Amino acid sequence: MSAESHVVEHNAEHSFRQHHFIDAEQQFTTSKLGMWLFLATEILMFGGLFVGYGLMQSVYPEAWIAGHHHLDRIMGAINTVFLLCSSFTMVMAVHYASTSQKSKTVVNLLLTLGFAAGFLVIKYFEYSHKFHDGLLPGRYFAYHGGGPSQQAMFFGFYFAMTGLHGVHVLVGMGLIAWILLRTMKGEFSSAYYTPVDLVGLYWHLVDLIWIYLFPLLYLVN
Amino acid sequence: MSGHAHTPSARIYVVTLGALLFLTGITVGAAYINFGSSSINLIIAVLIATVKASLVAMIFMHLRHDPPVNAIIFISSLLFLGLFILFPMIDIGSRDKVVPYGLRMQNPPPAAAGQAPAPGAPAASGEHGAAPAASH
Amino acid sequence: MADTVATPKAHGHVEHHDVDYLHDGSLLSWLTTVDHKKIGVMYLWSVLFMFFLGGVFALLVRLELFAPGKTIMDAETYNKVFTLHGAIMVFLFIIPSIPAALGNFVLPLMLGAKDVAFPRLNLASFWIYVVGALIAVTAMVTGGVDTGWTFYTPYSTTTDGSVALMTFAAFVLGFSSILTGVNFIATVHKLRAPGMSWFRMPLFIWSMYSTAIIQVLATPVLAITLLLLIMERTFGVGVFDPKLGGDPVLFQHFFWFYSHPAVYIMILPGMAVISEVIPSMSQKTFFGYKATAFSSVAIAIVSFVVWGHHMFTSGQSQLAGAVFSFLTFLVGIPSGIKVFNWITTMYRGSISLQAPMLYALMFLILFGIGGLTGLFLGALSVDIHLHDTYFVVAHFHYVMMGSTAIAFLAGLHYWWPKMFGRTYNETAARISAILVFIGFNTTFLPQFLLGSRGMPRRYYDYLPEFQFLHQVSTVGSWILGLGFLIMAGYLFASLRKKMDAPANPWNARSLEWQIASPPITHNFHETPVVTTEPYDYYRPFEPSVKEHH
Repeated sequence: MSAESHVVEHNAEHSFRQHHFIDAEQQFTTSKLGMWLFLATEILMFGGLFVGYGLMQSVYPEAWIAGHHHLDRIMGAINTVFLLCSSFTMVMAVHYASTSQKSKTVVNLLLTLGFAAGFLVIKYFEYSHKFHDGLLPGRYFAYHGGGPSQQAMFFGFYFAMTGLHGVHVLVGMGLIAWILLRTMKGEFSSAYYTPVDLVGLYWHLVDLIWIYLFPLLYLVN
Repeated sequence: MSGHAHTPSARIYVVTLGALLFLTGITVGAAYINFGSSSINLIIAVLIATVKASLVAMIFMHLRHDPPVNAIIFISSLLFLGLFILFPMIDIGSRDKVVPYGLRMQNPPPAAAGQAPAPGAPAASGEHGAAPAASH
Repeated sequence: MADTVATPKAHGHVEHHDVDYLHDGSLLSWLTTVDHKKIGVMYLWSVLFMFFLGGVFALLVRLELFAPGKTIMDAETYNKVFTLHGAIMVFLFIIPSIPAALGNFVLPLMLGAKDVAFPRLNLASFWIYVVGALIAVTAMVTGGVDTGWTFYTPYSTTTDGSVALMTFAAFVLGFSSILTGVNFIATVHKLRAPGMSWFRMPLFIWSMYSTAIIQVLATPVLAITLLLLIMERTFGVGVFDPKLGGDPVLFQHFFWFYSHPAVYIMILPGMAVISEVIPSMSQKTFFGYKATAFSSVAIAIVSFVVWGHHMFTSGQSQLAGAVFSFLTFLVGIPSGIKVFNWITTMYRGSISLQAPMLYALMFLILFGIGGLTGLFLGALSVDIHLHDTYFVVAHFHYVMMGSTAIAFLAGLHYWWPKMFGRTYNETAARISAILVFIGFNTTFLPQFLLGSRGMPRRYYDYLPEFQFLHQVSTVGSWILGLGFLIMAGYLFASLRKKMDAPANPWNARSLEWQIASPPITHNFHETPVVTTEPYDYYRPFEPSVKEHH
């Protein structure tokens, strides 16, 4: 590597290094540690919904089964595939950012956004179908097809869990778009790609949550 | 230099994606097979999901190459979540089967068979269509 | 070592080598600062204000209870006043107090670091706190909340009032707490000075680290609990409403899974402060360092499996009650270990009875009472009689106020010279401390008697036989208020003095005392190198900081 590019790279790294860290390596590993701590909070938060869902299922198994039947497994499976693929393109984006391959990073970030958008489109169809059928939470439950009345509670959980997850998908898309812009501006390289890595971790968590949501909501009978 | 000493090649990610998609297919397929009781179906579904989650965590999220503290944080959060599930389950699973006073007066025989320990008892028995005084 | 490669342009600013942090930057620059010391001070004024606000509500509650029936307000108003007292004190004062106000300032200094791991996140945490506080105030003035700070369902899902707003405020404040926790864990793991191994860290750090673990793991569950509550109010989902097939006990499981560990978020930082004040003001090595360090972690972990002791009479199963009762006894053990270690540390020490030490001694007595009465309540059969009586009120005031708030005052007086470079009037401080001690016990000791004799908590009216003890308690609250008034007086007076504090007024050993009072912006001119054990008062002082004053 030429002396000049070494200086350029060093300055690029240095302009992002904050003064209270010894070196870029310490800053990078600390940032990842902090991100994992944040992911732990997300796991506990979503976990609460899973706990409530599971406990109420044990009390009202028939209502839960009836609720399951209203969910479209194919759409759920497609969404699972979308998110898994988006996780793949995301980790590829991190990989290419860490090896200073800017255009491949951009492509993969765009693909990730595409899969995420696809997920939301399917969600939109699912939700509008539910609204149309009156399968709404709590006091708004207006389904006329019979079945146990506690289905209203099932749909309370359904919308809470998929809704909170959907909000996280939206936020994730915003973060990915931000990283995309910064990548196109040339801010990342093998010397510094921490934000890409951190957004990637967040995105994988969104995928992880759906990996559990899908079978528990759509597949259990 | 920021980053690990070695950057893994991209091939492992492709292989992992393949495994994840394959496991998704298995999960969906398994849902159509009746393994006996619904709890077995549930356990199988959760087990497969856990394998998928482990792949995502270890490979996509780089936990297998990271300093161990990151994995410790991740596992700890799951362990504490487990505590959060465990104790309410113990509670709800071991509550007395109580027939409310009003129901006992209206249906004197002590049968009360199959009454689930539902917390809102009048409402729950409304599901079985037994109680005349069901509140909705 | 740290800045040898720097060019001023690459840094984007000029190093301020000799300016103390208080004089570095305009007043407005504080609002966007990333300096942990300034953030700590901003938190300090905020929590002190909230303490004052919560205290005013407390005085109103006690005034109303001076006589049975209506004294100064009607019953509905009374319900709102005690709810707001609790909510403000818990969410806006106690939980942030020691970690965010004192911890932010002291923790990086003690570790030999220039700042916390994520300074911008630290600033975000402060502004999130401010937003949460504003939402809470809005909830107060738009109808208030009368559910008690515990928001039990189904009352909280069906009553009028600004329940959704107040719970949303708590939701927002939770994120402030989480971010502080994330920052502290990362800082302790990654930013310790060279030579500072885990077992060379002051015990303050061990306790703050344990607190941070709880903050990170428990607070998210509060977030989802409050979200579910808001959803229940908005959509009538019915998860917690028995009329709709839900389970109100489930709400309590959700709520207390956070709120019990939360009380350890409150007490562990108090213990952290005491673990610093006692050895330095006894000029003696800490007895049982490792036992105390591990006890902090043990408290953090065990705190997660005892929450059902708040629910013995709620309708949870007998088996669950028995399990929780047994585990509750376990959590008292590490606390007991710490108390014995503190006392033994003092034994044969050279004790100076200045204000921080007075508060530390008060802590030992009051935490002894508070902790023990917690064990009484943890015994399932006893709790059947004492639950929801004034015995519980007395217990938690002894641990939350008599222990945590007193420890906060100990820390405030201990680190005041370091934070502001000024001393305060020691005589006034001692008078205030004595008034606080007398006032506190006068207020709350009678409440143990009231409770065991049957006086229920949160009741507006009561039988005439309880009046005398209520009156004693109310008079105690006035003495307490007077003590705090004097404290406010001499602390404000201190700020108007010229800077007169030495770097190390207590002759302590930890790193924050080896730099100037107040510190320069970047804390250390050069990164300290630690070669000594903590609290090594048995041998002559060997500084780790080269430009030691």
